[in-house]
Amino acid sequence: MNNEEIKSKVLGILASVVPELEPAELAPDKSLRDQLDIDSVDFLNLVVGLSKTFGVEIPETDYRHLYTLDACVAYLATRAKA
Amino acid sequence: MTDFLMPKLGADMTQGRLVEWFKKPGERIARGEVIAVVETDKANVDVESWVAGTLEKILVAPGGDWMPVGTPLAVIQTEAGAPTAAPPAFAAAPMPPPAAAPIEATSIVAPPRPPTPSAPSPQPVPAAVGERLRISPIARKRAAELGIETSAIRGTGPDGRITLEDVERAARERPPAVPAPAAPAADKRQRMRDAIAAAMARSKREIPHYYLATTIDMSKALAWLAEANAKLPVTGRLLAGVLLVKASALALREVPELNGFWIDGRARPSEAIHTGVAISLRGGGLVAPAIHDADKLSLSELMQRFTDLVARARAGSLRSSEMTDPTITITSLGERGVDAVYGVIYPPQLALVGFGKVVERPWAVDGAVGVRPLVTATLSGDHRATDGHRGALYLDALDRILQEPEKL
Repeated sequence: MNNEEIKSKVLGILASVVPELEPAELAPDKSLRDQLDIDSVDFLNLVVGLSKTFGVEIPETDYRHLYTLDACVAYLATRAKA
Repeated sequence: MTDFLMPKLGADMTQGRLVEWFKKPGERIARGEVIAVVETDKANVDVESWVAGTLEKILVAPGGDWMPVGTPLAVIQTEAGAPTAAPPAFAAAPMPPPAAAPIEATSIVAPPRPPTPSAPSPQPVPAAVGERLRISPIARKRAAELGIETSAIRGTGPDGRITLEDVERAARERPPAVPAPAAPAADKRQRMRDAIAAAMARSKREIPHYYLATTIDMSKALAWLAEANAKLPVTGRLLAGVLLVKASALALREVPELNGFWIDGRARPSEAIHTGVAISLRGGGLVAPAIHDADKLSLSELMQRFTDLVARARAGSLRSSEMTDPTITITSLGERGVDAVYGVIYPPQLALVGFGKVVERPWAVDGAVGVRPLVTATLSGDHRATDGHRGALYLDALDRILQEPEKL
């Protein structure tokens, strides 16, 4: 799975968490929380979605790697199963 | 036979719109079963029936006008011996109308009317102006449920006491409810702001708030949480907020005067602890539905209820009991970076608990200064019901409980 494919899937999960998401308006290097006004419940739903979709276990200590779209893609690229 | 009324799903609700019926005439209804969807200024709400029986007749079709709280929507043939109603606190004891808008449902639905020629004998005795109204508790509850202004009812009981039959008769004799004017063209967001404005202005006008704050060391709670979550699959993990909700509920057992409602000029503590959790909605506004019996739930149960409640609140599918049952409200703005929140009590509740951001700061323990994760917990209390001393005991209990997270 290349980075574009990962990014597309991450955006799909984000859209399920934040229905009003406009992918084109999302700055990939800016905080997801700040841009999308997501709270801890939303963030947990995002982590659950990423974990299920990519088949990776995401410990709480790794949450700090998931604060931007680019960071999510980079994190998952190194862990996602093909 | 009883009327199924437009429910009052919160102190800020004056009208609603029937969206959908889940039952047809002739179908059986279980007590607590969702039978309709009502649109409020805040959300679409699944409305439960408080009686068991059979749906006799539908009076209001879906998709019509906005109707005042208390408007009969359907008639239910109740089962013999079944209670006619177990209305929630808002319906059982509505707050008196504010000095200004919004207009209370009771004044819309049941305008005073003169006695009719068919009024039964003996001649009823009206309560004199300024005289304490003589009315049985059951009759008062029923009047509130039916949206009947009790001062306009002529009592036929001893010394003019208003009986249940008097209330039922007044309901039968009143003119058909006049639909509320259609909601203004303002969008949903504006109507939600109007509803919040009405409730909060009413709270500040009627409730003499006192405010207390304390700083709580969250070291043990967060360490316990991290250890617990490390053993759990991602779908079972707990949020720190759930620990705060559970601790807040447990602390109410020690200071129960803060848990309940202000009704008819006095505090009515509730034995059950139903914590309303403030949930911000996308696009603005908030709701604070109940997690029932929060003190009795395990943390994992509480987490499931909480996440389910957030999802349904944002999807607009809350249940009526969740809107009417909260006995206290808990709010947290810590995720938005504020240090402390001094909330406005949601009437007719007696208190509100607030949490700010967990921040690492220097903190002295046993004579040594260290860096600890700290949170500011606040209490807004109704000074008519409790004094600051009791409020302080509550915050002390909350702090103590959070120091033993393994017992939550």
